[in-house]
Amino acid sequence: MEFSYEVKDSYAEVKADGRLNMVSAPKLREFVTDVIAGGSNRIVVNLEHTAFMDSSGLGALIGCLKAARQAGGDLRIAAVQPQVDMVLKLTSMDKVLTAYPSAEEAFSND
Amino acid sequence: MTRFWTRLVVVLTVLTGLNYIAWRWAASLNWDAWWIALPLVVAETYSLIDVMLFGMTVWKLKIRKGAPQPPHDATVDVFITTYNEDLDMVLTTALAAQKIRHPHSTWILDDGARPELKALAEQHGLGYVTRSADWTKNLPRHAKAGNLNNALMVTHGEFLLILDADQIPEPDILEKTLGYFNNRRVALVQTPQYFSNVPESDPLGSQAPLFYGPIQQGKDGWNAAFFCGSNAILRREALMQLGLVGYVKETEKSIRRALAASRAAIRQARKSADVESPLVSEVLDEVEAATREAQEEVDAGRPLSEVTYRVRRRVDAAVQTLVEADVAALQADLEEIAAMELAHVGESGVPVVADDAVQRMSARDWSPLGALESVQAVLDALTVERSDEAQPVMPLATISVTEDMATAMRMHGMGWESVYHHEILAYGLAPEDIATMLTQRLRWAQGTIQVLLRENPLVQKGLKLGQRLMYFATMWTYLSGFAAVIYFAAPIIYLLLGILPVSSLSWDFFIRFIPFMVVNQLLFAVAGRGIPTWRGQQYSLALFPTWIKACTTAARNVWFGRPLGFAVTPKARQSGGPSWSLIKPQIVVSVLLAVAAVVGIIRLATGLAEPLGTLVNVVWVVFDLVVMSILVRAVLYKGYEPAEEPANREES
Repeated sequence: MEFSYEVKDSYAEVKADGRLNMVSAPKLREFVTDVIAGGSNRIVVNLEHTAFMDSSGLGALIGCLKAARQAGGDLRIAAVQPQVDMVLKLTSMDKVLTAYPSAEEAFSND
Repeated sequence: MTRFWTRLVVVLTVLTGLNYIAWRWAASLNWDAWWIALPLVVAETYSLIDVMLFGMTVWKLKIRKGAPQPPHDATVDVFITTYNEDLDMVLTTALAAQKIRHPHSTWILDDGARPELKALAEQHGLGYVTRSADWTKNLPRHAKAGNLNNALMVTHGEFLLILDADQIPEPDILEKTLGYFNNRRVALVQTPQYFSNVPESDPLGSQAPLFYGPIQQGKDGWNAAFFCGSNAILRREALMQLGLVGYVKETEKSIRRALAASRAAIRQARKSADVESPLVSEVLDEVEAATREAQEEVDAGRPLSEVTYRVRRRVDAAVQTLVEADVAALQADLEEIAAMELAHVGESGVPVVADDAVQRMSARDWSPLGALESVQAVLDALTVERSDEAQPVMPLATISVTEDMATAMRMHGMGWESVYHHEILAYGLAPEDIATMLTQRLRWAQGTIQVLLRENPLVQKGLKLGQRLMYFATMWTYLSGFAAVIYFAAPIIYLLLGILPVSSLSWDFFIRFIPFMVVNQLLFAVAGRGIPTWRGQQYSLALFPTWIKACTTAARNVWFGRPLGFAVTPKARQSGGPSWSLIKPQIVVSVLLAVAAVVGIIRLATGLAEPLGTLVNVVWVVFDLVVMSILVRAVLYKGYEPAEEPANREES
């Protein structure tokens, strides 16, 4: 699993490439917390290259959402792959996290 | 009567042979030239063992009087195995098989899955089988053994007649053989493989009259007649038993291997994983406890399906706890978020993850444990599904490219009996060019050496001593390539350099060597009862590069997992001109032998060599060249042209 981020005009884009699972989930949480601490509270997690997510990965994502909200911002996800999409629908987390087609579109409405 | 004379000559051969070899080791070695003296005496010892094993084989020569009446209700499936053979050939064989008189079903086992062949089969009311969907791309196909194993799962005859695509059976093949199965312990009846497209001179050495004759009859006497892949009838029950025993053995082996690896895997996981998470650590504790318990149960001989099922259940439960904990944490987070700003969560309040979603997230493919690859690999291997093979039960052995020999040996190991019925009941087609012939011989030799290295008959449980030696005898003959090289080198070295591997060519030598040689040839004559064995003797020496290549490639395959470079024997003639390049090593050796003879004679004329040594070695060279000369005829052979009744056969 590889994490990277880039600060854009109105948000910070976090890329999580690989499998978001029990081993990598805590690292995502840590990574995003650091990004928020660095001053960005509007986060887009780009899942374009995230082929797989398990319950720990999902938990981490919600944990990050909470951290972003606590910092007065928001966390959104983009470019969801089929397996991740299935996990989101199955757990009805798609009601909490809207999956945007691309990172650019995630905060385009506000 | 024949038996008496055969046994007498066997005894004489062994006595004269031991007398000669004992003297060779004890008193004749030229230690100054140990580098050729030792290899030569080792090669001679190899040959003596070979002859003694042959003597042992024919000692129990069994001449059967024919089978009793078969039961009328015996059900039979006739299998015609094909991969890429000419459709006409396959159909000719299949139609002949259809006309076999005893009630049976005829099946074409088409590993090439050719739609045209399927249509032909349907048109003629023949059964047609291709690999089932279980044989996915990533699983080993096991060539002909896999083809037969696949067909065994979709047919149900009590007995199976197996025919290669070119082996046209006689209508009475089953009537003449099924009766042997009245003996409930008989699992196999093998009949000869005979080729109808071979001229009297047999330039490619295709017919094997010594093997499908005294050798198989002798092995039969030891209850060790081999299965030779075609023209044989097998008892399904025996094959299935073989498959089941193999399944249990393989499953237990892989479970034990997985359990043995589990401790290291868990240790590794603890190091690499998110160790701070007490939940992960708990799951690993649970996996460790489950595998330790499984180890104890396997050692105690508990059924493997129960053991693996319990491990699976226990691990699944632990995983589910983990997923539930993840979900609980997630739910708590959501509630906190909701408390912060209600509006954002949506109209229906905080979503709750349903139980079935938790179940789904805990299932194998999405399990968080998948993150710990080493642990997951251990758990994946703790199954009884044998997921590394297309079907769990593999009745025909898959350890060798000559599945027939390996299968027969396992049958004998389980106490089944075999029969060799010495009567030609099917007519096949032999290769008609040297390239195809060499490919075929290489494959047989490779397969035999694979069996030797994977399941050495000398140490297999269940085999009687005689059976062990019968299997070993055939394997031993395939080591002859190494001896041949020494037999070629010794006269060359003497004639060129004057170095003799024996201390002297004296009365002592001849008085021991000549009786052995004479009795040895007599043995082949008596045991063979007039059948032509010379072609076979020539090829066993002349194909030395093939035998050596077979040994080295098979050893590399078994020990280092390298591919054999396996090729299906083409049944149709290869086109092109004479392929001298195929016998390059033999040409080089022959030239060396001829040059050595000339040089030897010059040395004799100039007084550098002594007459007796030169004579013996020149005779030896001439013998070698005569042996090798068959290859010239083989390379020039243009394929079979029937001498009489040309309208009788179709040439493809």
